[in-house]
Order: sequence, then C-alpha cells, then structure tokens
Amino acid sequence: MKEEFKVISKFIEEKSRVLDVGCGDGILMEYLLKNKVVDVRGLEISKEKVKKCLSKGLAVIEGDAENDLKQFPDLSFDYVILSQTLQAFMSPENVIDNLLRVGKKVIVTIPNFGYWKVRLDLLLKGEMPVTKNLPYQWYNTPNLHMCTIQDFYNFCNNKSVNIYKSISLNGEKISNITTSNLKYKNLISELGIFLLEK
Amino acid sequence: MSNLNKMKNIIIEKALKLDCGKEISNYPLAYETYGNLNEKKDNAILIFHALTGDQYASGINPITKKEGWWNYAVGPGKSFDTDRFFVICANVIGGCMGSYGPGTIDPLTNKPIGTNFPVITINDMVNAQYNLLDYLKIEKLFAVAGGSMGGMQVLQFVSNFPNKARVALPIACTASHSAQNIAFNELGRQAIMSDSNWKEGLYDEKSINPDKGLAVARMAAHITYLSKQGLQEKFGRKLQERSDLKFGFDADFQIESYLRYQGSVFVDRFDANSYLYITRAMDYFDLTKQYGGNLSKAFKDTKTKFFIISFTSDWLYPTSENKDIVIALNAIGADVGFVEIKTDKGHDSFLLDVPDFLSTIKNYLNTTYSNINERRI
Repeated sequence: MKEEFKVISKFIEEKSRVLDVGCGDGILMEYLLKNKVVDVRGLEISKEKVKKCLSKGLAVIEGDAENDLKQFPDLSFDYVILSQTLQAFMSPENVIDNLLRVGKKVIVTIPNFGYWKVRLDLLLKGEMPVTKNLPYQWYNTPNLHMCTIQDFYNFCNNKSVNIYKSISLNGEKISNITTSNLKYKNLISELGIFLLEK
Repeated sequence: MSNLNKMKNIIIEKALKLDCGKEISNYPLAYETYGNLNEKKDNAILIFHALTGDQYASGINPITKKEGWWNYAVGPGKSFDTDRFFVICANVIGGCMGSYGPGTIDPLTNKPIGTNFPVITINDMVNAQYNLLDYLKIEKLFAVAGGSMGGMQVLQFVSNFPNKARVALPIACTASHSAQNIAFNELGRQAIMSDSNWKEGLYDEKSINPDKGLAVARMAAHITYLSKQGLQEKFGRKLQERSDLKFGFDADFQIESYLRYQGSVFVDRFDANSYLYITRAMDYFDLTKQYGGNLSKAFKDTKTKFFIISFTSDWLYPTSENKDIVIALNAIGADVGFVEIKTDKGHDSFLLDVPDFLSTIKNYLNTTYSNINERRI
C-alpha cells in the first residue's frame, strides 16, 4: 500500500461518497471500500485498467477527466480524488475547477518539481530532471504542466481555493506543510498531498 | 418440427395491455433455462435476445441444430457461468420460436395470425417476460443482460421493475433508436413487403413464404452488424471460386457469396412477419421520450449496479449512444461501470469470441455475486 494512499484515506470520513479520477487499477478504491465502507466510483482513461477495475466489480467508467467530469452533477461527491495526474492535463485549471464543482472536498496530490533532487539535476547537470516520481525523458513525458508545492499554493491562493490540509511525503516520511515551513517542505518533499475546498 | 413439442413454454393467462391499446391474454411464452436455481434463489440471470435470437442462448439449438446465439458467453465456466448461475432466456412476443407471434395459429381460422397480430413494443416484450419470474417463483434476479435489442430490453426492464435485478448489463445498445437505425430497419421491411409472396402478411408459412424479401432484409442488416475494416480484412476483393471477373451478375466476389448464403440460411429459421414486428418494436423504442426527455428519470432511485459495454467498431449502436446511458446514470449517482471494448468485429462483437469482452463480464459477475453474498453474511 502506497504511503500516499494511506494519507488520502485518512482525509476521508467514513461512509462518504468518493470519486477517484484517474483511478488506475483501482487499488485505492479497493482500499477505501475495505476500510471505510464508502461508496466509491472511478474514472479512468486506460481501457486495460478499466477492464481490471470492472473485473474486480468496481464501478469504474472509461473516460478522461478533461471531457467526462462534465457529466457529474454539482457537489455529487463528498470527496473527489486526483492522484498524481494534474500535471498531465491540457488544462489543469479547468480540471481543478471541475473537481471543485463535482466534489464538496477535493484531494489532489502532485509530484513536487521543487524537490531538491529535481532542482539539482537542472542546476548541476543542466538536464531536465529524471527522478523516481518523474521517470520520463523530456521527449516522452506525459507531464505537460509540472509545478512545485509552492506553485500549487500560489495557484490556490489566486483562485481563492482553501487548502484545508497539506501533507508532505518524502519516501515514507509524512509531515504537515504549513505556511511557515512551506519553503523548506517545497525543497524536501517528493509529493504534496492537498485537501481543498471551494 | 417435432422438437417444438419439447419446447418449454408457459401460457400466460393474465391479461397484458399492450402499448398499442390492445389487450392479450392466454398467450404462449417459450423459454429455456440453463444451470440450476440455488436454494436461496439468488443466482438467477434473465437474458434478453436480440432481433433474430430466441430462447436457445447456449448449447445446441434443438430446432436449428446450430450453436445457441450466445454460446460463447453462456455455459459452464463461461461469462454467464451456468455452473454458478441459473440463466433464463425467453423468446420475445412477436418472435417465431414458440412465443406468441404473427406465426401463431389463430384457432378460429386455423391460419397464422399474420399481420392481424398487434404491433408490439420493447415495453410489451419485457412485460410479457416478467410473468416468467412469477412462474419460476424468483423474487429477485441477480442480473439482467442482453446486447443490441436485448440491451434495450434490459433498460426497459430496470425502468419498469426497479430493483428487481441487482445487476444490469446493457450491451451495444441505445436508449433511443436513431434515424439511421430506423432507416436500416425500414429497408429490411420494404424488402419483405415488396416480395409478392408476402401477400399483405397473410401468407401461409407451410407453403409459400416471402423468402426472397426476407433474405434481402437479412443481407442488408448483416452489413450493418460488421465493420468496414472487418469486412475488408475478411473478404477484401477476393473472388468466389473463380480466377477472374465473369462480367455478369453472379456472385463474383466472396462478400457477395457470403451475404447470399447468410440470407438463404436465415429464411429457414425466421419468419418474415416476425421480422417486421420486431424491427418495428425496436424503432418505437425511445426510453428518453418515455420519461419526458430525461433519461435519468427512467432509473430514478435505482439500486441496481449497471455495467455498460460498447465496442469501438460498432457503428450501428456506437459508443456515443451507450455513453448517453452512462451519463444519465451518473447524473443521478447510480452505480455504473462502463468500458468500450477494442475490436474490429463491429456490432456483432457481443455475439462473437471477443476474449476481452467475455472475460470482463465473467469476472465482473463472479466478483459482484461474491461481494453481495459476503455483505449479506
């Protein structure tokens, strides 16, 4: 079980309705079903992964977040989860707007481009960073819009989106991000996990 | 046709008010079952057949001696695992495999009812089949499933009888028959009705039938069940048992010969009037309109788990139309799964050996059945 999923599941109150956008093989969905008795739905773009989810009896529909979130009514889920896919969208801003429309609360995780190893790659080697969380080369990466934890904070501020909780993940180390330690956490976190509300 | 005597059927005494306004009662409904109903009676699956199907979904059809129409999907260890589930399939009313239809003999005239048969709808078909559940004493179905017109019946069934089935699998279908669908059906009907042997539908099945018209109808329809790519790969411009073109109108090309064969074998097993009535029922199907233009209302308060499947190369009931059903269900927060299966086999994919399709259904049903049982304990 990924540390990230443990953090996400702690954010979620029991018996809530959850939409996992980009649910992959449905690992998080299964985890939530086992532990929280929630009503979980998934949206996934890959046919192979959708078939895997459906084979497990999970309520997953094939589709992509940029076009298919439209069909969900306003505030129809207690939580909408977007795990490490924000950077791959053509328009991350539209996706976030739609997530906040569909979900009462939104959980977003981002691979942090401000992580020191990433910064070092560019600073010392002068090459586009390739790390565990960002394993692609510049010419084959699906990640169109990379951002740092700081960028994401600024983005939420500009859009008047409330960040209720933010967690830093560095390996297996979990810690809170606050406005006072933000600069530091932006340097040492591989992942940032945020609980948002409009 | 001595096998007709071995056919399972019930006579439905209860009157059924049809959408056309007429009422029918004391009519036969032919059906077949596969597997066994368990003690808890919670493992029954009702399968609905498509336009030219019948109750013989699995194994060998005792009348045609050919494989059942869904033999790839229904049987021991298959997608609808008859070692585990009790599968029921009935011939629709309007059909020609033992259920009440235009070929049924009118006791007053001792002749087939023909076009004196009332125009029926998908709704009528489903309402008639519902009686079978009372007869078999099944309180709640585990699932309802079907492709094409079978899928339309699934949608109609869950809207007519909410929460009578735990799972619904509408496959390669639509909630509203499109202009293109109606156009192709009309082409088939015109072919039948232009055959001089049709005689306004009052032909006698035992002697001369509108076989030519029915064969042409089948040929045209058959094209719509396949994809362009599938046809091209299978036939291309290959010639039929000849090395060169013959400059005539015989079947020079393999595709011509194939279609002619499909038409000729079809007339042996299907009644032309049934073809008219069933295509008409499909054309009249518009569940969206039935619920005042809001398809979501058809599924209001549903607790059924839906699993909708479409196929990439199906242009007759394309993914977009299947997705409209998904969207309507999502709008009311229903439990819905959806996948578009990649295949070049066209609309017919649901009847064929498409491993991804067959295995996904199998796993979905088995897991869901286990999950439901675990939660009950």
